[in-house]
Amino acid sequence: MTWSVLEYHLVSYRRIWRSSVLSSFVLPLLTMLGFGVGVGAYVTGGVQGVPYLDWMVPGLIASTAMQVAIGDSSWPVFGGFEWQKIYFGQAAAPLRVADILDGHLLFVVFRTLTSCAAFLLIATAFGTMHSAWALATLPIAALVGLSVATPTFAYAAAVRSDSYLAILFRLGVIPMSLFSGVFFPVESLPAVFRWIAYALPLWHGVDLSRAATLGAAPSWSAAGHVVYLALWAGVGWLLALRRFRKRLVV
Amino acid sequence: MVTLVLPRLVSFEGAGRRSASVVERNAASLRTAYWLVLISGFLEPVLYLFSIGVGVGALVGDLTLPDGRIIGYAAFVAPAMLASSAMTGALSETTFNFFGKMKFMKLYDGMLATPVRPIEIALGELAWAMIRGNLYAAAFLVVMVLMDLTTPSRALAAFAAAVLVGFAFGGAGMALSTYMRSWQDFDLIASAQFALFLFSGTFVPAQAYPSILRWLVEATPLYRSVDLIRAISIGGVGWVQAVDVVYLLAVFGIGLTIAGRRMEKLLCK
Amino acid sequence: MTLIHARGLVKRFEGFTAVDGIDVDVERGEAFGFLGPNGAGKSSTMRMIGCVSPPTGGVLRILDMDPLRDGPKIRARLGVCPQLDNLDLELTVRENLTTYARFFGIPRKVARRRADELLDFVQLTERADSKVEPLSGGMKRRLTIARALVNEPEIVLLDEPTTGLDPQARHLVWERLFRLKQQGVTLVLTTHYMDEAEQLCDRLVVMDGGKIVAEGSPRALIDEYSTREVVELRFNVESQDVFADKLAGVGERLEVLPDRILLYVADGDDAVAEVQRRALSPASVLVRRSSLEDVFLHLTGRTLVD
Repeated sequence: MTWSVLEYHLVSYRRIWRSSVLSSFVLPLLTMLGFGVGVGAYVTGGVQGVPYLDWMVPGLIASTAMQVAIGDSSWPVFGGFEWQKIYFGQAAAPLRVADILDGHLLFVVFRTLTSCAAFLLIATAFGTMHSAWALATLPIAALVGLSVATPTFAYAAAVRSDSYLAILFRLGVIPMSLFSGVFFPVESLPAVFRWIAYALPLWHGVDLSRAATLGAAPSWSAAGHVVYLALWAGVGWLLALRRFRKRLVV
Repeated sequence: MVTLVLPRLVSFEGAGRRSASVVERNAASLRTAYWLVLISGFLEPVLYLFSIGVGVGALVGDLTLPDGRIIGYAAFVAPAMLASSAMTGALSETTFNFFGKMKFMKLYDGMLATPVRPIEIALGELAWAMIRGNLYAAAFLVVMVLMDLTTPSRALAAFAAAVLVGFAFGGAGMALSTYMRSWQDFDLIASAQFALFLFSGTFVPAQAYPSILRWLVEATPLYRSVDLIRAISIGGVGWVQAVDVVYLLAVFGIGLTIAGRRMEKLLCK
Repeated sequence: MTLIHARGLVKRFEGFTAVDGIDVDVERGEAFGFLGPNGAGKSSTMRMIGCVSPPTGGVLRILDMDPLRDGPKIRARLGVCPQLDNLDLELTVRENLTTYARFFGIPRKVARRRADELLDFVQLTERADSKVEPLSGGMKRRLTIARALVNEPEIVLLDEPTTGLDPQARHLVWERLFRLKQQGVTLVLTTHYMDEAEQLCDRLVVMDGGKIVAEGSPRALIDEYSTREVVELRFNVESQDVFADKLAGVGERLEVLPDRILLYVADGDDAVAEVQRRALSPASVLVRRSSLEDVFLHLTGRTLVD
């Protein structure tokens, strides 16, 4: 049943995939070139012993996973209730609420994985991968995607105006991508902000990703990272399910 | 903050008064959520300044400018953040919101049944975008002065420059919106905007780019804006900045003319 | 005094002619209607009168001014209620009126007072601070009408004012429009409902394919193009055609529709007696008075609403 929902999303994605390639793939690539290469040339000493570009790219992959996942679970979910109302149509079919939720989540994971895989290929061509472990960035990206997608599903199903989605980006997504160790080490943040970065999911994904592409040990325990991200995903899923039930089962 | 009282001062009859009534309509539509969006819009350049200017700045250290001066990385990046935030503020009202009002909400169809003319709607929307953009610019300049990245008197001059940048992008954005067919087209604008943001001498001096890219970059409106505001905020204004001003004035004039004409065509069929 | 004067008015879009040379005169204080099916050119005509659509050809004078040159001046004295409500969904009911008043340069204080009066007039006072979105279709329509009145217009243009409303909501709108008419406001409306035209219009033109095919008061049009009474007969067969021949000579004229036959007669009861005398046994018989629907059917060979 979940698969039929995933299939629906894949079919409707076929019509618009071209425009989404631009935002989910070209933009991170531009960031890598403009920022990683451009600014990297001025970071003469490198970071933690590696060139700036190589150091930044794995963070950018994790950050792309987060942005694609949140992008695809904010407006589409809100629209599913308020605009195109696809969820109500699905709820009229013999599907459980969990099927509707999981099917859509799987689609978000699909989007996250394809965007990150394409990015990974290009980054490899730039010679920024130091280890075969780099392949592990993909499952890490999927996990990062889920850890932010499930709470976003819950949020998008709860708010009644799409202005709140813009606010999520401004106050959640953008600060998280700027201060989670993607562009500079979190260790240089003041203690309070460092702890906020530790509490949010992205830094854990960045640290894991970086360990994978550089072939080094992460700065925290890898298992700890995975468990923490899974916790975000799990709690988010429960919240999302409750919100979806509230809207769909009346 | 001059712009805040503008609608009340403009009480003369005709075009100005009617454009002001369009601004009033937008002010009346402000609701809680939209206020938050407005306020968070100010945060964006500040966050970038702290992340890139300060955070990455610690890795970069000091920067040697082409003329040999040495400045802190944050002082180099901050004016660029101001310019791009003036661009973003102007574009978000004049592209996405403007298009939604025109095509989706059919707002202008209702307005056109009144004495208000298409060009007056365009002017009103532009004035509204400017009020919003200029508030961001002013707030950001306060942050810059507090962080000792520029002096108060330079900040005042930079504010005037930011206003000009806002007008240029506002005019251009409105002209662009009249050519948009669907929401998907806005992905293109957003991407172009992001590319400008990355490559307009924002994070590194344009001299660092390969020469072809450098010429391309120097022709873009954001590069000219960054150049103008940076020269004002860190010092060293010369003839090049006069070119910047003329360039931005031209973008504004051409944009507004196209927008007014195209709207007449689109709405008065 | 002639408020709207059109001679040979034409509106062409790429590839087709929406309005094909019409002559119209609307006098002060009258309620004037454009009756016709969808696509007859009514809305295009209304948009030209509203000065938001430049005519392709012919003469058009509104309030003795040229719509091309004096658009803003003319619109200042018009009230427009478009076919689809284009209310401002980001504003409340009251704000929709006050901000709209500002587009006419009406001072804020006056705008507020006027909004309250109009909300009372269209019976929306209780919803004044509500958002527009949750209002019913009838309420939105009434608000759009109130908005069209905010500048105390000399002419109110109503494009299909009750299309899509339920019967109760329609009657409420009609009743409000009737009161405006009594107050001396000139009403110009389009409709494809004959009952609406009969209820509201002093004078109307019937439009079809961009042209005017008849003009007059509802009564005069019925007298001219129809008979006093109509007999509707239904037969329990696949095609009504077979009975057409057998009914020849009963009444002045006969129309065969897919589901019934209409007999146009001076006296309905006489005609029914004649049908029975010919031993035809229809499944149902209805005698009614002629309406504008019959006028339209006679003029164009088609029904208004199908």
